[in-house]
Formats: sequence, C-alpha cells, structure tokens
Amino acid sequence: MKDSITRSELINILAAQFEGSELSKSDISLSVREIINHMSATIANGDRIEIRGFGSFTLRQRNPRMGRNPKTGEPVPLGAKYAPHFKPGKDLKEQVKDKVGT
Amino acid sequence: MTDTVTKTDLAEILYMEVGLNKREASEFVSVFFETIKAQLLAGHGVKLSGFGNFELRDKKSRPGRNPKTLEEIPISARRVVAFKPGQKLRNTIETYAGSRSQ
Repeated sequence: MKDSITRSELINILAAQFEGSELSKSDISLSVREIINHMSATIANGDRIEIRGFGSFTLRQRNPRMGRNPKTGEPVPLGAKYAPHFKPGKDLKEQVKDKVGT
Repeated sequence: MTDTVTKTDLAEILYMEVGLNKREASEFVSVFFETIKAQLLAGHGVKLSGFGNFELRDKKSRPGRNPKTLEEIPISARRVVAFKPGQKLRNTIETYAGSRSQ
C-alpha cells in the first residue's frame, strides 16, 4: 500500500470500464470534473453529501477563539474556521478495516 | 437548515451539464464511487486534484472499553480511510465562509 492513484489515472480506469459504451473519454473526464465541482460547492455551502456504501461529507465549524502572537504575547482574535469532514460509510469502513498490513 | 446531496443529485448534474442520458448518468456516478472504493480496498490512496486525497492509515491495536459496562475489550489493528481536503477545496470553503459571516 501507501501508493496513490491520481485523478488522471482514475479517469483512465473509468475509461477502461466504460470501453464499448457510448461514453467517450472526454465525457468521462468532464463527468469527473462536474462531480468534483458539485461536491466541492455542496460542502462549501455547508450542505451534506451522502453516498450510500461509500461515506458522507460535511462541513465542520471550529469555534472562534483567542490566539496569541507568539512574538509579542499579544492576544489576537481568530475567527471561526470551517473544515470539510469525511466519514467513511459502514461498507467501506468494514471492508477496508481488515486490509491492515497488506 | 441543510440539504443532503445524494448519488441521484450528482447523476442529475451529469444529465444536465454533460448531456449523459439518465441511465448513463446514474451508472457513471455509481461506478465512480465503486472504483474509488475498489482502489482503496486494493491498498491504493486516491488523489483527486481540485478536491482532496483519500488516504489509508494503518492503526495498531489498542486497549478499548465498552463505555456502558466499562468492560475492557481490545480494539484490533485496523486500516482506516482518511480524507485530506486539497488547497482548492479549502479556498472555496474560505470564500463561502466569508460570505456567510458577513
């Protein structure tokens, strides 16, 4: 493990799976882009994405807090932060769990 | 109030924006997530530029506890999927967060 595939490799794998269908490689590449763009906008908007068997994405808020300038020690207010969060679905979680060490 | 986006909504986007027919759109969305899942199960991370990276992490076994009965049960070694949002997604979130708080 530890190696990753890239977006273009994923597109190639998808293209191989759709070979012989009506979908061209540019349809596939455009579809991947549309899915990613729509998912990004959804998360950024604070809405939730739920893909059954895969997982869900939400936007989590970290509360505003007082920080400090490390040089002067002066308190600095830090605004609320938002970060996307992915929770693997039950299927994915259960199936990947036992692959440990492989 | 938040809405939840599902595979059906993503398929609708592909129908509207890419011009896939409804059957192709819905099949593509399913195959897209199944393919990412298959890569993760095969021990490969998936990097989706513009969105983020799905990474695999192996966790050692550790002592756990049933919070109700306080009974000690070891938590077995396992592999988990983590999502690390990319810069572009983080920037998109910043922009939306800014417009929300003003």
